[in-house]
Amino acid sequence: MDKSNVKGFLEFVYDFYRSMKAHEITLVYEGEITHQITKAFTSLTESNMAKQSEANSVQKKVFHVMVECLQNISKHADSFGSDDFLFAGRGIFMVSKGKEDYHVTTGNVIENDKIEELTKMLDHINELDKEGLKELYKSQMKEGRLSEKGGAGLGFIDIARKTGKKLEFHFLPIDEGSSFFLLTSSISRNI
Amino acid sequence: MEVIKIKGTDDTPTIILDQDSGIFEISGRSLPEDVTTFYEPILNWLEDYQDVANDKTVFTFKLVYFNTASSKLILDILMKLEDMHESGKEVLIKWFFPEDDEDMEEAGEEYADIVDVPFEQVSYTL
Repeated sequence: MDKSNVKGFLEFVYDFYRSMKAHEITLVYEGEITHQITKAFTSLTESNMAKQSEANSVQKKVFHVMVECLQNISKHADSFGSDDFLFAGRGIFMVSKGKEDYHVTTGNVIENDKIEELTKMLDHINELDKEGLKELYKSQMKEGRLSEKGGAGLGFIDIARKTGKKLEFHFLPIDEGSSFFLLTSSISRNI
Repeated sequence: MEVIKIKGTDDTPTIILDQDSGIFEISGRSLPEDVTTFYEPILNWLEDYQDVANDKTVFTFKLVYFNTASSKLILDILMKLEDMHESGKEVLIKWFFPEDDEDMEEAGEEYADIVDVPFEQVSYTL
């Protein structure tokens, strides 16, 4: 980088920092989601919440949602571009904290032919009330076999149950074959 | 039968399966990197135990957290105990939950609904 590029870059870093502050982002990560990363992020967030004397039940819910979101990326994110460029199991992961809620947001590449089924699943979950979600969870647990990757199809249902809110999601097109899948979950700080 | 004793970590539960002392217990946190591999020896042990089971087996669950992938394997364990119960052995599941943890209490109720085996909910103070 020459001098003007360095300055531009450092200004970008400051803008990035300010924009993180503006959106109250406490954790942001882009890359491969491994088990080690999952452990590190959950324990970091746990100790932050404990320091801020967040209610126990809120801490537990945030922990649950984080684990399921991170595992969704590690097990289901598709690769983008050539195989040696970016790999599967990667994505963006973000935790933000507002006055009323915590937000856990994930984004990852998904092949377009999976969108329809995923949308159907998420819409179905969003239509159900508390009792319906409970029944769906039970039947999925009974009938659903663990896929080879270890996903039980239960993560989304669990997030909806723990947060008591609808799953907010969005797909943005990347190219003919793939899209970017975004999902954000809110956990209320008031019990 | 061989005793299984697994010391818990921050992502795997403590497990004790000891026929002679009559202790059968899973406690702590469960979010192993690979749930299937982690629980395989437990399920195999229970499979063998069915044939030589004690007159009465009290199986204790005292979990503080488990992820959804683990929830399926916990059901598999309960189903093994259900088989044992159906084959005429006396089995009792004790499901411990922290008294302020509604989610863990509800998880116990759900399992009790799914499997047909005597099931007792026990609250405790952390």
